[in-house]
Amino acid sequence: MENNQKIILEAINISKYFHDPLTIKVLNEVSFCMSKGDFVSIIGKSGCGKSTLLYILSTMDTDFEGDLKIDGISMKNKKGNYLAHIRNEKIGFVFQFHYLLNEFNVLKNVMLPGLKLNKKSYKEVEHDAYEKLKILGIEKEAFKMPNQLSGGQKQRVAIARSMINNPLIIMGDEPTGNLDKKNSEIVFNIFQELAHVYHQSLLIVTHDNEFASKTHRIIEMQDGKIIKSS
Amino acid sequence: MNIRLIWSVAKSLLLARWRQTMIAAIGVTFGITMFITLLSFMTGLNDLLDGLITNRTPHIRLYNEVQPNENQPIKLFYNSTNSLNFIHSLKPKNSLLRIYNYNAITEFLKNDERVLGFAPKITSQVFYNVGSVDLAGVINGIDVEAENKLFMFSDYVTDGNFMDLKYIPNSIILGKGLAEKMLANIGDVIQLTTGKGEQIKLKVVGFFQSGLMDFDKTQSFVTISSAQKMLGVSNNEITDIQIKLHNILDAPKLAKEYSKIFELNAIDIQTANAQFETGSSVRSLISYAVGITLLVVAGFGIYNILNMMIYEKMDSIAILKATGFSGKDVNTIFILIALSIGIFGGFLGLLGGFSLSYFIDQIPFNTAALPTIKTYPINYNPKFYVIGAVFSVITTYFAGFFPARKASKIDPVIIIRGK
Ligand SMILES: Nc1ncnc2c1ncn2[C@@H]1O[C@H](COP(=O)(O)OP(=O)(O)OP(=O)(O)O)[C@@H](O)[C@H]1O
Ligand SMILES: [Mg+2]
Repeated sequence: MENNQKIILEAINISKYFHDPLTIKVLNEVSFCMSKGDFVSIIGKSGCGKSTLLYILSTMDTDFEGDLKIDGISMKNKKGNYLAHIRNEKIGFVFQFHYLLNEFNVLKNVMLPGLKLNKKSYKEVEHDAYEKLKILGIEKEAFKMPNQLSGGQKQRVAIARSMINNPLIIMGDEPTGNLDKKNSEIVFNIFQELAHVYHQSLLIVTHDNEFASKTHRIIEMQDGKIIKSS
Repeated sequence: MNIRLIWSVAKSLLLARWRQTMIAAIGVTFGITMFITLLSFMTGLNDLLDGLITNRTPHIRLYNEVQPNENQPIKLFYNSTNSLNFIHSLKPKNSLLRIYNYNAITEFLKNDERVLGFAPKITSQVFYNVGSVDLAGVINGIDVEAENKLFMFSDYVTDGNFMDLKYIPNSIILGKGLAEKMLANIGDVIQLTTGKGEQIKLKVVGFFQSGLMDFDKTQSFVTISSAQKMLGVSNNEITDIQIKLHNILDAPKLAKEYSKIFELNAIDIQTANAQFETGSSVRSLISYAVGITLLVVAGFGIYNILNMMIYEKMDSIAILKATGFSGKDVNTIFILIALSIGIFGGFLGLLGGFSLSYFIDQIPFNTAALPTIKTYPINYNPKFYVIGAVFSVITTYFAGFFPARKASKIDPVIIIRGK
């Protein structure tokens, strides 16, 4: 249990401005912590800054005030190459749209971040990718091209891809936002399973209060501020 | 950086748009093909035109000029530093412009390492007698073997065998134009009058065609010994020594040197034919300019297609970056795409250039002025292929440079948000 208490993600007074067309403060001194194995959801009205926060937390957006620590290391003032490496190794990301590469088959799509990390042989990465697809129940589609899959299947491939390097944390920005009721449920159940069976740390932005209520912790945002964190 | 992975991504992007890729590659292929063909053909033509001159022209020619003796008899009487002699209407002595110390010069040239070879010659003005008409012309007494070795004499003897000149006594090879004027055929006996008024009969054993009309209308060839007999001079007297060097560029320097040593006039090929150099260099300059223009146009084609590809693949680039590919990785991917197009297209271009120039090489090209030429001239210099290959890679690299940089700077947040 001690290991589970280790803090993996720390947002310290994060503020963010947009200057176009007018300077507006989209995030206002956001601070919170996540420990290993936490399953956290972020909810809030449209436009309150959830996506903006997630892009900062995932190191893709570096233009902010305050500090971000991942695995105890500050991400402030780090070079692009270093951040790319952090994203590759420690963060899995699932978007509202699936964002698979249409040039590669499903298996290769899942493998790409693993190959990029370059810590295991091609064969090992291939094997891992296949295992992840199995967890998500879509190993049968491994050799199809992305455009031969349904929306729900694509999103599950994207989740498999986010898992390939066994990341410290998986972030999702409305991963079910583009899915119908049935597919949303499947994806929800997968996240539940990841959290409870595999103790994967998850940070998911969602509009679905029912889904949020099943997570360990709900962070509620309003106008760029955290108003409630249970 | 894991280059195998980067290459596999580049390859997939390339193949996903293989039609556009092909079009870009064909642009390069076309550019390189034309570049090589143009240069091969132009250089072939240059060589041919230069050959007209350089094959027949010695690198250095040693000769005596008609000029009065510096030491006039009056000097023997009034030779003091404080007096000047004025002589009017001074004339040179009537004599053949011969080189007297021929044997000594021969020895010297044989031992000079810079000299490839030399051929002695004796020239004299003659009149060719055609019925009652006398045609003015020049007769050349040559050493047949040396002349052939150094100046490809046999190439220019279009009818008859050039060696007959040596083996058949009192024989002559006539310039083609001259033979036509004299209505002479091979085997005929013609008559000519020497400068001293002697009439001589010679048997025609061949025709000579240099490609220079004026030359062929006046010149004829006999052996050195029969020329000496005709002119009544001793058998070590000649008028010209034609020298070929190992390196043509040494000619001006050596000409000066020999002129001093032998106390003769010496003229080098560069001074004698200055206009040819400029003609050749302008022609190759034009070929290079056109070739490189074609490649630059092909480069813009690649630039356009890569830009389009990046626009289309925005999502893919964003996702690659979001999942941990760095800007440098993305940059390398697009540079690789550009270079593959360049290398593939360039390689086909080299083959195309070779095929097209080979094809041109087969097209018959007959002209009276150039007896040895049967097809269009092509120069298969490997240099053109190396330049073509290097240029195709360089232009595609630069064509890929800016699109690749643009791709590497794509901000994934903007793309992902834009959905
Ligand atoms: N590039 C931008 N320039 C200016 N303002 C922006 C830009 N991107 C976002 N915003 C503004 O920032 C605020 C927060 O946007 P954000 O996308 O984070 O909202 P959100 O909470 O994810 O909303 P939703 O639930 O609809 O996805 C919004 O008011 C939006 O208009
Ligand atoms: Mg959002």
